Amino acid sequence: MATHSENQYFVPHGSIYPSILSAGLLSMAAGFVFSVATDRGGDSLAYLEGPGKWMMYFGLAVVLFMMFKWLGTVVTESVTGKYKNWEDKSFRWGMIVFIASEVAFFAAFFGALFYMRVLSVPDLAGFDPNFTPYKDFLGTWPSQGPGGVVLGETFEPNPAFKPMHWMGLPLINTVLLLTSGATITWAHWGLIKNNRKQLIIGMALTVALGIAFLICQGLEYHHAYTEMGLTLGSGAYGATFFMLTGFHGFHVTIGTLMLIVILLRCMKGHFTPEHHFGFEGVAWYWHFVDVVWLGLFIFVYML
Amino acid sequence: MSTTTVAHHEEHSDHPTGIMRWLTTTNHKDIGTMYLTFSLVMFLVGGAMVLGIRAELFQPGLQLMNPDFYNQLIGVHALIMIFAALMPAATGFANWMIPLQIGAPDMALPRLNNWGFWLLPPSAILLTLPFTLALFGIGDGAIATGWTFYPPLSVQGGIGVDFAIFAVHLLGVSSVMGSINIIVTLFNMRAPGMTLMKMPMFAWGWLITAFLLVATIPVLAGAVTMLLTDRHFGTHFFDAAGGGDPIMFQHLFWFFGHPEVYILLLPVWGFIPQILQTFSRKPMYGYKAQVYSLWAIGALAVVVWAHHFFTAGMPVPALLYFMYSTMAISLPLAVLFFCWIKTMWKGSMSFETPMLFAVGWIILFGIGGLTGLVLADVAADAQYHNSYFVVAHFHYTLFAGGIMGIMAGVYYWLPKMTGHMYNEKLGKLHFWLTAISFNVTFIPQFFVGLAGMPRRIPDYALQFAEFNMISTIGAFILGFSQLLFVYNIIMCAKGGQKATDKVWEGAEGLEWTLSSPPPYHSFNEQPVIK
Repeated sequence: MATHSENQYFVPHGSIYPSILSAGLLSMAAGFVFSVATDRGGDSLAYLEGPGKWMMYFGLAVVLFMMFKWLGTVVTESVTGKYKNWEDKSFRWGMIVFIASEVAFFAAFFGALFYMRVLSVPDLAGFDPNFTPYKDFLGTWPSQGPGGVVLGETFEPNPAFKPMHWMGLPLINTVLLLTSGATITWAHWGLIKNNRKQLIIGMALTVALGIAFLICQGLEYHHAYTEMGLTLGSGAYGATFFMLTGFHGFHVTIGTLMLIVILLRCMKGHFTPEHHFGFEGVAWYWHFVDVVWLGLFIFVYML
Repeated sequence: MSTTTVAHHEEHSDHPTGIMRWLTTTNHKDIGTMYLTFSLVMFLVGGAMVLGIRAELFQPGLQLMNPDFYNQLIGVHALIMIFAALMPAATGFANWMIPLQIGAPDMALPRLNNWGFWLLPPSAILLTLPFTLALFGIGDGAIATGWTFYPPLSVQGGIGVDFAIFAVHLLGVSSVMGSINIIVTLFNMRAPGMTLMKMPMFAWGWLITAFLLVATIPVLAGAVTMLLTDRHFGTHFFDAAGGGDPIMFQHLFWFFGHPEVYILLLPVWGFIPQILQTFSRKPMYGYKAQVYSLWAIGALAVVVWAHHFFTAGMPVPALLYFMYSTMAISLPLAVLFFCWIKTMWKGSMSFETPMLFAVGWIILFGIGGLTGLVLADVAADAQYHNSYFVVAHFHYTLFAGGIMGIMAGVYYWLPKMTGHMYNEKLGKLHFWLTAISFNVTFIPQFFVGLAGMPRRIPDYALQFAEFNMISTIGAFILGFSQLLFVYNIIMCAKGGQKATDKVWEGAEGLEWTLSSPPPYHSFNEQPVIK
């Protein structure tokens, strides 16, 4: 259905991308399950690991290719003027609700952190000494937990364990992300004033800061694993630390990729001062990632 | 309402045909049809599983299956009925009817809409694949923890748990995408003049549902992700040795799980008043009160989750808080019941099939609500918890309150969707068979539950034998009478007496101003509401 006037909403033609994308996700998910397969009975399913990995990579390739095609179609439709104010408003609402759902996702992991820190770790230390297997456990945070036998496997806290201090790399990362929030706003002002130079420099700086953040986080993780005895398996602290910062880092990676695409689109002149939802949507996402980091910095690193 | 500008011309079909039409479609009616068809198929699959369960429970002792397979059927039955039968049915109606009811050209984000549907078949495959794999000696079958994934059982489980985790992930993405689409459509696509407080009740029900989905589904995704890392990557979220707590999973799960109940019911609370109004031939009573009650229930839904595990242990103040806040839900719900009954009061009622289902729904769902009030009582719950009383309670809310509501909607809108009247006699027979056999199935379960029969166990003590036998007979009648429903739908889609545009004498709303079936592209020009 083509658009004939301002009063008509753009309904795109049929598209094969969503259904193939879903098939790719199926292959990815099933492949992942095969690659980590274990059996309750203890029978080895290790022979599934190889084929599972291939299924997973194949699925991932399909997903990435379909996203590339799908978003490419959206860009084409945008630059050929299919989207007017009415469609623009839909995209804005859509992005707001999507970011809200992301907030809820992070809330689950923050919830786990608060629950363990405030409830389960002190509770484990607070049992009557006559009736607890965790006699010497003090329950102070940061904690790897008391250790013990669970599901037939013994978990021993690592005596070399150290928590991540907020000074140093985390503080540098905070500065990097906050600065990137400022540079993207500066770029946005450039876009509104139709100052292309300011726009492109601002975007390039933002991308560079995003990449710098990821490099610092890589160094931090390396440091944690090799020198601090801090791993995903380091009890309550390790699990919440790596899940929260890991999912955040994953979101920064996605955000940086989107910023790179937007930078390229800025250089191609896709955006006008009046009409640039693509830019704004990514900027909102970037600010969201920024705010989550502040939560992490306060609750994971500082307190 | 002025509808003079509605485009009634037949569009030339610019869409592909055959399988490609369905794989690629961006049309809200096509996508709605796919959702509803998928839902019906999965309803039968989930129903077949429960017939296996009831057959095993026909007599005490183990006759048909080993306990492990029984547990797998229990878990997958619930996951399929909730995520693959009820939710897609409600989303299917949303796709079909929301654009028609608010005078929109289509859903706001049509390609996303298509993706939302096409995530569902992969999830259904992920849920059921472990059964097939087990036949070939790979793995040990599907998830056997019940639909709630409680650790440590789920941490110990086989590949079925991993498959179910990813199925939930895909279903979650599908629901969030669907919710984004519905929220955007309702905020941005309403016909000029249709203010929020003039929206049809169905749209209100779905708007609040969509908010609940966006707020809670990601929490479930986070919870099952923690489960996955506990299973395979050495984290200790649900493991006391590392400072974690299995009960934390219950908190995270039910933070999603309780709103989920309202996610399943709110769309039904949306269109049931419309059906009551149509067949009582008088305006809906208390529109505003209903909207505010829906909001109140939506808000309370996210703060009452821990009543699902009172017996797991928590401080007394927490027990009291969750008890009182849960009971508080009955206040707005009572307002809704009052409005539904008052809508019928002194109306010139007639009892076509949709109305039969709607009235039966009020009574049966009422029983579900009242037994929920009993379960919310902490002291009483210590006896009821995890007994068949709970099973009976949530089948009164989710089968009667959910599925039978959806059936009312199907009979109500089927003539609009297909352009043909369904067979009224068969429809009425279907209603009576369903309503009676439903009660035959579940009333005995209240009694065995009160007497102490635990749920999710394939064997039981001898004193429960008679009631279980009655329950199984009811379940088989209930199951097989659904074939009438399927037959009626298929015959109606194929042909039959032509439906008029308005279909029902008392019908109100924009969807009844279009032809039956509506043109492929409805409302190219938006109608203006005065």
